[in-house]
Amino acid sequence: MARNWEEFLVEKVLLLAAISSIIIILLIIGFVIQQGLPAMEQVGPLNFIFGMDWSPSYDIYGVFPMIVGSLGMMALALIFAVPLSIFGAIFLAEVAPKTMRRILKPTIQTLAGIPSVIYGFFGLIVLVPFMRIHFGGSGFSMLTASIILTVMVLPTILSISEDALRSIPLEYKEASLALGATHWQTIKNVIFPAALPGIVTGIILGMGRAIGETMAVIMVAGNTPIIPGSILEPARALTSNIALEMGYALGLHYNALFATGIVLLMMIIVLLVVTNYINYKRKVTVGGGYL
Amino acid sequence: MENIIIEVKELNTYFDESHILKDVYLDIPRNAVTSLIGPSGCGKSTFLRTLNRMNDVIPTFKKEGTILLDGKEIYDPDVDVVDLRKRVGMVFQKPNPFPKSIFENVAYGLRVHGNNDKKDLERRVEASLKEAALWDEVKDKLDDSAMGLSGGQQQRLCIARTIAVEPEVILMDEPCSALDPISTTKIEDLIHKLKNEFTIIIVTHNMQQATRVSKYTAFFLHGEIVEKGLTDKIFIEPEDKRTEDYITGRFG
Ligand SMILES: Nc1ncnc2c1ncn2[C@@H]1O[C@H](COP(=O)(O)OP(=O)(O)OP(=O)(O)O)[C@@H](O)[C@H]1O
Ligand SMILES: [Mg+2]
Repeated sequence: MARNWEEFLVEKVLLLAAISSIIIILLIIGFVIQQGLPAMEQVGPLNFIFGMDWSPSYDIYGVFPMIVGSLGMMALALIFAVPLSIFGAIFLAEVAPKTMRRILKPTIQTLAGIPSVIYGFFGLIVLVPFMRIHFGGSGFSMLTASIILTVMVLPTILSISEDALRSIPLEYKEASLALGATHWQTIKNVIFPAALPGIVTGIILGMGRAIGETMAVIMVAGNTPIIPGSILEPARALTSNIALEMGYALGLHYNALFATGIVLLMMIIVLLVVTNYINYKRKVTVGGGYL
Repeated sequence: MENIIIEVKELNTYFDESHILKDVYLDIPRNAVTSLIGPSGCGKSTFLRTLNRMNDVIPTFKKEGTILLDGKEIYDPDVDVVDLRKRVGMVFQKPNPFPKSIFENVAYGLRVHGNNDKKDLERRVEASLKEAALWDEVKDKLDDSAMGLSGGQQQRLCIARTIAVEPEVILMDEPCSALDPISTTKIEDLIHKLKNEFTIIIVTHNMQQATRVSKYTAFFLHGEIVEKGLTDKIFIEPEDKRTEDYITGRFG
């Protein structure tokens, strides 16, 4: 009898924990929507999303430049970070001697835990002057922010990709080598394709981190709410938009910042759905059990 | 004297400090089946994997002695491991097809050796699958994933994949131990067919299998070869008491 009670209790506690975390997230999302919707309605959703002008003092709210800013920084960061982390992961998983790996892996994982202000501060003190000297302008730019984001998402993508590569059964590798394939051919044709779903998961997490990053981006991006003419010009991200103006926003302006949050949420959801769909589609088209 | 393809002389191997194979001498006759038998842990797999240098990937592995393939030392610095493994193929204990289509599994070895001619690949894949007695079962689903095949079919696919690159020697490490009796019979029939064209070295724990498929047998114990020679001789009148005990199941 006592045992049954224990089972029952454990089950309910687990259920409660699961439900409460979901409820908390839903409450937050609900709150953001409730606060943001009035601004969306007043400005008009299309004007809000596609509006080119963000001038709170004239009650004009268009977040399109920030959408471009966020997506641009994220895309650039991924363009730099994805190849770097994949090659890094392959090196760690397949090439590096054991001792080297034992030192490098924890080091890289530690990098993922460094607070973003530190990265931002480094960017401000080192990278911004460097960019100013070598590329002209103020040094605050979309490119500068992307470079900092690259460094920030690198550890995430790299360490997840490395786990994925190492989880591929040794049998595949041996089968390939036994057929006379070289190590590199084996990596390229067998290990990497088999690890791809895991690597994509790493990229999705890195993407989430890049688009959600606020502090480091604020410190180096320049933050002008205008679509940059080139990647060397300043840009503002959606996250920065909220953080920069939250302190003094009132009334419609205040609601407009929450509406910015809604746009950010929607963007993340769309990106997640698209990437998951691509991953799923790949698995289905190549046949059950393919990867 | 038979035509010898592989000559092993004074072979000693180590993993770190542990001495696995001790002073092994063995001649492998060409185009015949040789069985390696012996209790678990006696070094049969280690021996087999020394012949195609699969042990090279294990950093702690060391070897001393001579292994000649057609008179040429396979551990010489000027030997290309890729070429060696093309000549000495391997089928593993657990069927391990790649998570790719049936066609791509067989084409894999040909592709990595630079064959990208679609027509030629198709021809060779078909020939290999026929030779491995799998063609009739898979000819309508070559683009399906190999993971959908049964264990026995997967193992025959692995054999097809190995013979596609036209090796001279095929090493088989307990190729039937994960299979049901019917699949085992199919693989044994296949071995009979293949022995005319290839030299086959097979590790097996199944004494009947050794007598059914092989002309020659070597009995390993604690890393040493206790007895070797014609299978019939070893199984009917073994010279060593330990061989007799092992094949009659009195220890092992
Ligand atoms: N990678 C390795 N590192 C260290 N020791 C190893 C390694 N591989 C095998 N050994 C050791 O070498 C000895 C021989 O192993 P091997 O796999 O060759 O035996 P086997 O005769 O094939 O046995 P089984 O019949 O169980 O397959 C064993 O004691 C094993 O523990
Ligand atoms: Mg073994």
